[in-house]
Amino acid sequence: MCLAIPACVVELLPDGMAMTDIGGVRRPVSLALVDDVGLGDYLIVHVGFALSKLDPEEAQKTLDLFTEAGVPVRAAEAKGGV
Amino acid sequence: MKYIEEFRDRALADKLAEAIRVEAQAGRGRLYRLMEFCGGHTHAIFRFGLPDLLPPQVKLVHGPGCPVCVLPMARIDAAIQIAQIPDVVLCSYGDMMRVPGGKRMSLMKAKASGADVRMVTSPAEAINLAQSLPDKQIVFFAIGFETTTPPTAVVLKQARALGLKNFSVFCNHVLTPPALRWLLESGKDADADVPELDGFIGPSHVSAIIGTKPYEIATSDYGKPVVIAGFEPLDVLQSILMLLRQVNSGQAKVENEYARAVTRGGNIKAQELMREVFFLRDAFEWRGLGSLPHSGLRLNDSFAAMDAERRFPLTVEAVQENRACQCPAILRGAKQPADCPLFGKVCTPDNPIGSCMVSSEGSCAAWYSYGRGRKNDEAA
Ligand code: SF4
Repeated sequence: MCLAIPACVVELLPDGMAMTDIGGVRRPVSLALVDDVGLGDYLIVHVGFALSKLDPEEAQKTLDLFTEAGVPVRAAEAKGGV
Repeated sequence: MKYIEEFRDRALADKLAEAIRVEAQAGRGRLYRLMEFCGGHTHAIFRFGLPDLLPPQVKLVHGPGCPVCVLPMARIDAAIQIAQIPDVVLCSYGDMMRVPGGKRMSLMKAKASGADVRMVTSPAEAINLAQSLPDKQIVFFAIGFETTTPPTAVVLKQARALGLKNFSVFCNHVLTPPALRWLLESGKDADADVPELDGFIGPSHVSAIIGTKPYEIATSDYGKPVVIAGFEPLDVLQSILMLLRQVNSGQAKVENEYARAVTRGGNIKAQELMREVFFLRDAFEWRGLGSLPHSGLRLNDSFAAMDAERRFPLTVEAVQENRACQCPAILRGAKQPADCPLFGKVCTPDNPIGSCMVSSEGSCAAWYSYGRGRKNDEAA
């Protein structure tokens, strides 16, 4: 129930709804709980309702963190650790 | 798919695992017992085989954050009773339909013997049903944490705006912070049958609603680090690394690995809606955890007409759990599925004895589906 995959907004619909796409599967989603949703935004959706909007900048920062995680490993290897 | 594949990169996973190993070695033999509170994380951890990537010093302990698992049998029996009232249509999320109540009855079995029980994937479907079946009483069996609660609030307001007289909600929503506090409090008590923990992998989507602030009780009052983690494998690994670094440097902070979807304040609009529609029960029973004060919600008086508990008189008696089923101990982190004599033999996803074997977020179902614990499996 809690495993939600980010859904991309492909069309804004009347009555506070949006059509979303997840890997080719289209689903209408209620926007009642989020503000300022636009085309191309990615939403976290639960039981048919968007709970939050993904922040692309923060996503990039997290991806950068993963890449950096290797740095201390290399440092340790250089010192003959691990 | 965007925001999925890049968070599942195998080479990066190996790199993160290596960094975790290095960090764990710095602990000079100490253990890191980390609880993933949320069942979604339990599922992701097994689906992506993360225990195999972790060094033996890192022990993942499954928490109570599976919404289907923590609902006590008496509430399931109450839902069955509501479903058996003539002219009632009970709408339930799919997983909930298979969870055994007392006498091994379930909503699914009640349906087979004539009760009108329908599976929905959204509370909005229940509202649609109420509009199309004006001669029936539609009852939505609302369960779940702070992720499913705001949607229930939205449909209740909608039902009121539409003037629906045949819609009500059987409210079983529960809150994450009181359960976290209970775990922390019990963890200090040697007699409590709750493991001592070194840190928490915090929920993803619950936190999108409540924000990271409520977890600060863990750090300020109990000195335990919390890292709010996304659901993808790299998110979980990165969060484990962040927890190890905190433990090794003697810190206890709330960190947010899932900043792409979670802020400190959370979703204010959803929080306001929850406050408008629900109020806190004095106490609510959790499977495995017992009765926790201020941990469950019911409908506000202004929604009394749509409160199934007030509308339908229920006479449900407390029932005895199957004594061999270890779900209660598993939900508080004290045991693992492999400790249960029924696991994989009598109890399987096709024939679940306890709630933890039903939902894909339940620990027993996650272990079973991904082939864990067929023998004493120390890795998990
Ligand atoms: S394997 Fe089945 S019976 Fe055993 S603890 Fe899990 S759900 Fe309960």
